[in-house]
Amino acid sequence: MNITYREAVRSGMREALQRDPRVFLMGEDVGRYGGTYACSKGFLDEFGPERIRDTPLSESTFVGAGIGAALGGMRPIVEVMTVNFSLLALDQIMNNAATLRHMSGGQFSVPLVVRMATGAGRQVAAQHSHSLEGWYAHIPGITVLTPATVTDARGMLLTALEQPDPVFIFEHAYLYSMEGSLEEGSIAVEISHAAVRRIGKDVSLLTFGGSLWKTLAAATQLAQEGIEAEVVDLRVLRPLDHDTILTSVRKTHRAVVIDEAWRTGSFAAEVSAVIMEQAFYELDAPVARMCSEEVPIPYPKHLEEAALPSAEKIAQAVRRLLR
Amino acid sequence: MAEFVMPTLGADMTEGTLVQWKKRIGDPIAKGEIIAEVDTEKAAIEVECHTSGIVEQLLTKPGDKVPVGTVMAIIREAGQPATTSAQPRNIAPQPVTPSRNPPVAKTAPASSSGTRLRISPAARKLAAERGIDPTGLQGTGPEGTITLDDVTRAATVAAGVGTVTTAAERQARMRQTIAAAMARSKREIPHYYLSTTIDMSRALAWLTTENGRRPVTERLLVSVLFIKAVALALRQVPELNALWKDGETVKSERIHIGTAISLRQGGLVAPALHDADRAGLGELMQRFQDLVKRARAGSLRSSELSDPTITVTSLGEQGVETVFGVIYPPQVALVGFGKVVERPWVANGLIVPRPVVTASLSADHRVSDGHRGGLFLAELDRLLQEPQSL
Repeated sequence: MNITYREAVRSGMREALQRDPRVFLMGEDVGRYGGTYACSKGFLDEFGPERIRDTPLSESTFVGAGIGAALGGMRPIVEVMTVNFSLLALDQIMNNAATLRHMSGGQFSVPLVVRMATGAGRQVAAQHSHSLEGWYAHIPGITVLTPATVTDARGMLLTALEQPDPVFIFEHAYLYSMEGSLEEGSIAVEISHAAVRRIGKDVSLLTFGGSLWKTLAAATQLAQEGIEAEVVDLRVLRPLDHDTILTSVRKTHRAVVIDEAWRTGSFAAEVSAVIMEQAFYELDAPVARMCSEEVPIPYPKHLEEAALPSAEKIAQAVRRLLR
Repeated sequence: MAEFVMPTLGADMTEGTLVQWKKRIGDPIAKGEIIAEVDTEKAAIEVECHTSGIVEQLLTKPGDKVPVGTVMAIIREAGQPATTSAQPRNIAPQPVTPSRNPPVAKTAPASSSGTRLRISPAARKLAAERGIDPTGLQGTGPEGTITLDDVTRAATVAAGVGTVTTAAERQARMRQTIAAAMARSKREIPHYYLSTTIDMSRALAWLTTENGRRPVTERLLVSVLFIKAVALALRQVPELNALWKDGETVKSERIHIGTAISLRQGGLVAPALHDADRAGLGELMQRFQDLVKRARAGSLRSSELSDPTITVTSLGEQGVETVFGVIYPPQVALVGFGKVVERPWVANGLIVPRPVVTASLSADHRVSDGHRGGLFLAELDRLLQEPQSL
């Protein structure tokens, strides 16, 4: 069955709201407006204002409220409109959500799910185009998910709601309109492993989120040149599935990490380091990274495209590795 | 930077196969030192380097067949800065010892110049597992990096697949090489032939006395007298000591006598005795013996094969009295000696038995004329009458 990513997120939330009365959705414009990305369209009518709550424009407040509700036994889904605004809630996330289990000696759990859109590529300029999921992956105490497929967009949310600790789901804004085939019978999906999305033997392309599709396009292009690229969708940035990465690299002996964030201090750097630490003697070439240019993401279309990874740039990075 | 190229080790050699590198990247090398072993149609040849310096890059990998003139290695000449950071002590004009660096672990062949071998970790590991020295491998990865594929290929070669030349193959190829060179000679070179019979009584008498004074191992053969006499006679008729290249004569200032040596398994080579005119007879004898030994063992050096400026062939051992030689291109002359035989000789109006030898000259008429050739033979005769001055 083909559905859009947006529809998949919506269907996951709807399923969760129907299943468990402790689940409620809270965020800016999630109620009457139906969600900035229309992920909660119709929810207000279906589930009522108690469970679909519009909030003031104060990320710190409603994320904090979500933490409180989770502590109190609810299963809140907090929608932060985009990762760009999540910076305002960073104190709640880092100092409360991520630490309370540890600081209470295990007495308190924060079973909170925070969803937010991430990424660039829609000409929304420098303040609205960040890719900060790598930053969040730095924080112990939380789980960081980056669903790239419709199956993951729906299923990860359901699994996230079963976790005893905070889970952050980063939905690439570019993907909401993308259609994909929902795996039959899939509802909840596991959130412990990376997934090999394309099998190859010459190079491992390690990526996640919105970059997966560019990477798969690059792999198709490379296949025509006789280069068989393996594409690994990391899916879970924290805790990172080292085994799948290393198994792939041990097979192909080369790796390119594709990450829409800026190169310096990027999650791609972490993946690269994991490979160096654990598979150095398997490498037949240095690990390469394909990240965004180190500039605030430009507004003009051609400049934005030039700043972001593209299928062609990814293919080129692979060719450089293989010569 | 100096380039080390696949040398011509014979007139008709167009390509050669690198058997192995004798130096590694970072090794100091002195002019004349052996840098590589190259397999030609004739033999596996130890090739000398013509530059002193540090081996900077090895571009050809063992087992590769490359055309003559292909750049195989880059030598950083003494005094030149390294392309990568090098410490001053490493670019000292001459290495203290011409030998290689202290042995380093096979898995980490770092060189003394600080230029680490460009090899991927996986390739390095595989090389260590297979017992392959990666130093001489040619990298095909980005920026010449040695990759897994390169090591795998080398392992295949090392396992004996591919480039091993059997004696029979080599002999067949040598025959082809000789055929090509001789056919070219007869096709292109307008030969003229002159011969003269030389009284050898003075030379042999002197040789007997001389050998009586020498330890057995240092005794001289008459063929060495011939070689030395030819070398000195060439000083008087230098146009015979030349090469014909691209339609013109290139005279050689130095006299490198190619000495034809027949090989037991058939075929022949004519490696050079360098600067034969300047070497004493004792030294020449020693070098000649060494050359014969190495020619038959198949371990001649590149310069010995490529340098001769004229060839001397002695077929006396087979009882031949007169040689009508075929010039080995691009040389322009060949001197032949037959057997030293006793013949009736007229001296001072009397017929007396004398040991005599027939010396013949085959020369390229494009370069010299019979008159000059005659002068050469006369000079040769004169020199052999004064053996003490050879």
